[in-house]
Amino acid sequence: MLPQGALNNYYFPNNAHIDWSLMIVIYPYITGLVAGAFVVSALYHVFKVKEFETFARFALVASFCFGLFAALPLLVHLGQPLRAFNIFFTPHTTSAMSIFGYVYAGYMILVMLELWLVYRKFFIDKAQTTRGWQRLIWKVLTLGVTETSPGALRLDHGLISLFAGIGIPWAFVLHGYVGFIFGSVKANAWWASPLMPIIFLMSAIVSGIAMLMLMYSFIRWRTGRPYDFAAMRRLMDYLWGLFMLDVTFETLEIVYMFYEQGHHWAVVGPLVMGKLFGSYAIGQMLIFSGLPLLLLGYIVLFDVTDRRFVKLANFASLCIVFQVLLMRFNVVIGGQMISKSDRGYVDFHFEWFAREGMVPALLILAAPFVTYFILSRFLPIFSDDALSSSGNGKR
Amino acid sequence: MEQPTCKGRRTFLHELVLGAVAFAAAGPIALLSSPRSHAAVAAQGANGKEYAFVVDVSKCIGCGYCVDACAIENKVPKDSVRTWVERYVATEEGAHIDAIDTPGKALPPLPAALLEKSKWSAFVPKLCNHCENAPCVQVCPVGATFTAPGGFVLVDPEHCIGCGYCIQACPYGVRFFNEKTHIADKCTWCYHRVSKGLEPACVTVCPTNARQFGDRNNPADPVGKIYQSDNWQTLKPDMHSHSRVLYLGLPREVI
Repeated sequence: MLPQGALNNYYFPNNAHIDWSLMIVIYPYITGLVAGAFVVSALYHVFKVKEFETFARFALVASFCFGLFAALPLLVHLGQPLRAFNIFFTPHTTSAMSIFGYVYAGYMILVMLELWLVYRKFFIDKAQTTRGWQRLIWKVLTLGVTETSPGALRLDHGLISLFAGIGIPWAFVLHGYVGFIFGSVKANAWWASPLMPIIFLMSAIVSGIAMLMLMYSFIRWRTGRPYDFAAMRRLMDYLWGLFMLDVTFETLEIVYMFYEQGHHWAVVGPLVMGKLFGSYAIGQMLIFSGLPLLLLGYIVLFDVTDRRFVKLANFASLCIVFQVLLMRFNVVIGGQMISKSDRGYVDFHFEWFAREGMVPALLILAAPFVTYFILSRFLPIFSDDALSSSGNGKR
Repeated sequence: MEQPTCKGRRTFLHELVLGAVAFAAAGPIALLSSPRSHAAVAAQGANGKEYAFVVDVSKCIGCGYCVDACAIENKVPKDSVRTWVERYVATEEGAHIDAIDTPGKALPPLPAALLEKSKWSAFVPKLCNHCENAPCVQVCPVGATFTAPGGFVLVDPEHCIGCGYCIQACPYGVRFFNEKTHIADKCTWCYHRVSKGLEPACVTVCPTNARQFGDRNNPADPVGKIYQSDNWQTLKPDMHSHSRVLYLGLPREVI
């Protein structure tokens, strides 16, 4: 199926190779998890969703872990990685990409500040109860601030809420902005849409919530501790509602293109009915959108037993994290399959060990989870953690 | 004990804010103080000339000398091209297109069935359009792609970070990632030759004068005459990038 009355598949010679590969697929994916996880934390701190007390600190730590690796795929992708900091030092402000460094760095500073405030008292306690080099590390983490009076802790809580409040729009900007980088490219009919930032944002939030659900369930199951069903059920309420919005926007984009019957559909239509049919039409839009919508609807609307709830909620969450990964793939790779010739498409070839191959991509995707595991050995993340020494971070 | 440490935290937060402001300010300061090779390029100047490139489709015979000359002159890596020549064969059902896109490549003969149905055919040379409102210049996050005096859109090899955003933004597919230099690459209209008073390599070797290069503001220059006649077309005008490559006799099927 070829566009624009083409008799043969003709693509421009320089379009034969897909330049933005798996690294650029996982970059918005990890950034999305950062933003999504942070939103859950902020729902408790700012919007007072009491059930999320269990998740608040966990979500913040997870957001931090994802955030640490959000820019790594970009670095690996760059042709000149040693010049990466030029984005900070010589930003070209007409470029949508140029401010990313500042938005990302600012966000990470904010998350680290909030984390420090949440764990400040724990660091102080540890610095006082440990010895030797361990004591030195904990002492450094206190940043020399050892005030723990009730007034100081109240101030901590106030600042945590303030930073969470600032963090919500910042997380939205961080990820909406990623969508803007794609949506503002007029040369690419599959990307050029003002809906793109919204779609990226919505998918970021749902992927973050779904990933938290999976991580939480796994950790509780693995450590043999009870689930907080009230929190999990509330989380699934949010996930269902937000995923409905996400799928609505994703559908709206393609329906709009189709109905418009303009240039966009002329080249996108044959793509989604051709090379992207499996990963987009069947994978992203039918199976991995339809299944979780139905399953979440079922567990939200009907009285489901706890045991069944855990299974269905996790299966739906798994579908959603996969749906969002497929969405990133279909946008990033799918867009580049359309040659600028508008009369041909190119194939994408998976590589395993190349710089942007599957193995490096999987290693980077695994890194936040490994980091979380290491942090969880030293920091109390849940209130029933053996390491827990205080209720700091909770109101 | 409590009072000084309370101050300590406030001081810490205060210093953190100051640090963030200083960090944010570092960019523009570095921007102003960074020695850019743009300045060196601008210093060479264009003597007030505003260049344009004319492609006369009716004159192109598809010999491909331009593709060879460009590759040799600019040491273009294999599998990439700075210029290529498309062959269009139009029929009732649609267009058949292929291209001379590697040095020394000869196009295969067209199938007899296609030739029978052919209404017209043409060779269409393609190259960087050196747009006045260039999307690649707009999107470069570090300003490494820039417009030099005279209208040349160039890539600063010392500053390009190789992110590839310009490659995505170019509506004409003329940019590519150079696997040898690890930066973005494209046609420069042979800036290195033009700045010495020579013509671009592809123009020099064209046997039929299908490619012309000159000052569009000079009525005595053939390119100036064509530009001022206002009887030319550009590729993808709906992109509003204001191409400086002017086509004569461009069939409407050409994208």
